[in-house]
Amino acid sequence: MGGTNALSPRYRAVSAPFSWIRAEPHGIHVVPADCWVDPSRPVDRALVTHGHADHARGGHGQTVATPETLAIMDLRYNTREGALPAQYGETLALAGGVTASFIPAGHVLGSAQILLEHAGERVVITGDYKRRPDPTCPPFEVTPCDIFITEATFGLPLFTHPPIEQEIGKLLQALADHPDACVLVGAYALGKAQRVIAELRAAGHHQPIYLHGAMERMCRLYEELGVPLGDLRLVADATKDQMRGHVVVCPPSALNDRWSRRLPDPITAMASGWMRVRQRARQRNVELPLIISDHADWGELTATVEEVNPYETWITHGREEALLRWHELHQRRARALALVGYEDEDD
Amino acid sequence: MEKFAALIDALVYTRSRNEKLRLIADYLRATPDPDRGWALAALTDGLDFPAVKSSTIRTILMERVDPVLWTLSRDFVGDTAETASLLWPAPLAPAGPPPTVSEAVALLGAMTRKSVLTELPAMLDRLDPSGRYALLKLATGAMRIGISSRLAKVAFAQAFAVSVEEVEEYWHCLAPPYAELFAWAAAGAPPPDIANLPTFRPFMLAHPLEELEVDLADYAAEWKWDGIRVQLVRAGDQSRVYSRSGDDISASFPELLDLLPFPAVFDGELLVRGSHQGGEEGGAASFNALQQRLGRKTVSKAMLADYPAFVRLYDVLLAEGEDLRAAPWTTRRARLEQLVTRLPASHFDLSQVIAAGSFTELAEIRGRTRDEAIEGVMLKRRDSPYVAGRRTGLWYKWKRDPLLIDCVLMYAQRGSGKRSSFYSDYTFGCWNGDPDAGAELLPVGKAYSGFTDEELKKLDRHVRRHTVNRFGPVRETDRSLVFEVAFDSVHASKRHKSGLAMRFPRIHRIRWDKPVHEADRISALAALVQD
Repeated sequence: MGGTNALSPRYRAVSAPFSWIRAEPHGIHVVPADCWVDPSRPVDRALVTHGHADHARGGHGQTVATPETLAIMDLRYNTREGALPAQYGETLALAGGVTASFIPAGHVLGSAQILLEHAGERVVITGDYKRRPDPTCPPFEVTPCDIFITEATFGLPLFTHPPIEQEIGKLLQALADHPDACVLVGAYALGKAQRVIAELRAAGHHQPIYLHGAMERMCRLYEELGVPLGDLRLVADATKDQMRGHVVVCPPSALNDRWSRRLPDPITAMASGWMRVRQRARQRNVELPLIISDHADWGELTATVEEVNPYETWITHGREEALLRWHELHQRRARALALVGYEDEDD
Repeated sequence: MEKFAALIDALVYTRSRNEKLRLIADYLRATPDPDRGWALAALTDGLDFPAVKSSTIRTILMERVDPVLWTLSRDFVGDTAETASLLWPAPLAPAGPPPTVSEAVALLGAMTRKSVLTELPAMLDRLDPSGRYALLKLATGAMRIGISSRLAKVAFAQAFAVSVEEVEEYWHCLAPPYAELFAWAAAGAPPPDIANLPTFRPFMLAHPLEELEVDLADYAAEWKWDGIRVQLVRAGDQSRVYSRSGDDISASFPELLDLLPFPAVFDGELLVRGSHQGGEEGGAASFNALQQRLGRKTVSKAMLADYPAFVRLYDVLLAEGEDLRAAPWTTRRARLEQLVTRLPASHFDLSQVIAAGSFTELAEIRGRTRDEAIEGVMLKRRDSPYVAGRRTGLWYKWKRDPLLIDCVLMYAQRGSGKRSSFYSDYTFGCWNGDPDAGAELLPVGKAYSGFTDEELKKLDRHVRRHTVNRFGPVRETDRSLVFEVAFDSVHASKRHKSGLAMRFPRIHRIRWDKPVHEADRISALAALVQD
């Protein structure tokens, strides 16, 4: 493998470059600091990129994350003990001469890339990320590094997320076309739901939006953390007639559930990057697919690697084969990590 | 093309049958000729463009997209046309307005295997992703979007308030874009004249009997023969043989064409002479022999001599100018019994009615039929008219109980269409000896049905967790799961390493509980061969 970005001379002095960071099946191990990034089982010390359940799990001795991610984890797992907040831009000294900095990843509220530095070597772990603007969280910042550990959820060239304005427009059009019905939007309860609501508000939709009970606490937390979401009401408190002509938001799992029988003739929508593929929408019985994703699409994944320009890319999860192939075609170093337990089916 | 593409997209995402009917009917009413006729043909898989194949699309795409990335994408999406529509790179310069459906059909029809490589890309450049999807689906003649041709015909009937039976009947004698059909239905022109054309009449079909018992005073019982259902038509000095789907298969069976001495439409089972399946004038071979004759455009003399075909008649629809379809089955049967005496016995016989005094007696007779390779029993209401499609309560098929064998899951492949993200096609094997003494598994069959959606999810999870090897869309699994496989029969086969080929294998039960070394051996399966 040739590599346009050859190993710079300073690394040649180190006997085993990057041996201090290891990809294990259940997470990334920072050896000298004896801590783990996004471990999928309980550990003594964890660095957590963001609050989604496949990255943030309860039961660690100590959890280092952004205050927003810690608040989200506390809401889900009651993990106030052992929580150590790290502000965006702050650099923490870990054991064994390792430092960790938290940098916005643009994925969901509180999401961070983690920059680890040791012996002059820089490793960035993106967690999940996107490059599109999102009113609910600060944007991704490109951080030069030697090893760039990236996700590849939408790592196939067929994934191109359209502008979100276009998809929100589709939603509002369906609402206008069916004044006696409601549009039921399935959206991931953390991040996607709040982003869709915030984008609806940005598009001038100030009507009440009705929530599935499972969405309530997370939406309240977003508001407490400074993300206004407007007039939100609970489906449980509303009559069928009150919800006619309105947007209802629920977790994807509730879309085809008996729960939706209480809604007035719902048009089933789902906000997800997977909606780009017709059969994926059909599998979920979705009538109105909204291609809205909190992950980078193919163009963004590859452009980000070019901008970051690392010595080597490590790919955590997703369509890693295709992203590996892209690296090969562009003569860049890359390898896939066989991590277990990361799923993004609901994005 | 935009309106057609919008229709296709709407149909893809619509669940309700009534809503689908409304969408198609609205389109047919609002769209001018001949666009709507071509669209209708596309929806019912009635278009064929020999120059455009799935492989053509692949070839064209591989010139623009890295072949590895193309393959990974195609594997993920599970549909060549959709993958191509999503991956097609935007043209460097504007390429002109989108073609109309008629223009697209004219251009596609004029393409050769060579010119398609430049002309199809030029068309794709003029379309957005939805338009490209619709064009490629139309061009390859396989919509596979959950619209049966029956549904499209019902929608046509609804659009113009005409009877669906009439639509069905005229349909097969007309060619796309069905100008006469639209003139009749939409503009009140006289119906197309089909009296002297050898056209296909839709088959009457049967429901499975399930747990029901019927009174033999009301129902007649016949064998369900194991060949292919055909319709034999003679009208205006022309003869045709049609398959169950209405395909003209006359070219494969030329010996049957000139034998009908009078105009008629018969329903029967096409079989090859042999010693397995009984009948009035000698027996028929197993389905395996008939397969030698299927799908041939020309037939050699040797083929005709080695595998002589004949038709075992079930029913008569029209005879010598008389339409018998509204008459009760008893009347048609009596007529059929007269008519068959005027047909050459070398190529025609009658499917006998089974003499059984009671349902219990019939069950007993059916239980003994396995050796004769008969598929089971048909039950036909004695007063039933001959109507197109499946009508509840008129005809039942009572298939014989399947054979069962325990096999071990070996490979799984991703499905397509609705199952594109699921490992839903399973290859399974039996032991070639004692598994505790180091025997190996040899594949014996492949199945992709017989389980519920819930079970599919569990199976998919099992495959992902037990993968030991990947070959493109196929995963090899560790040998840890037993399927009880049901199948209709098993035959010797040179194409398979195990030397055996099953007919209609499907998953009967998933034996999560059963240890793999208790699965069956090849020898157990071989003992069931009836060739």
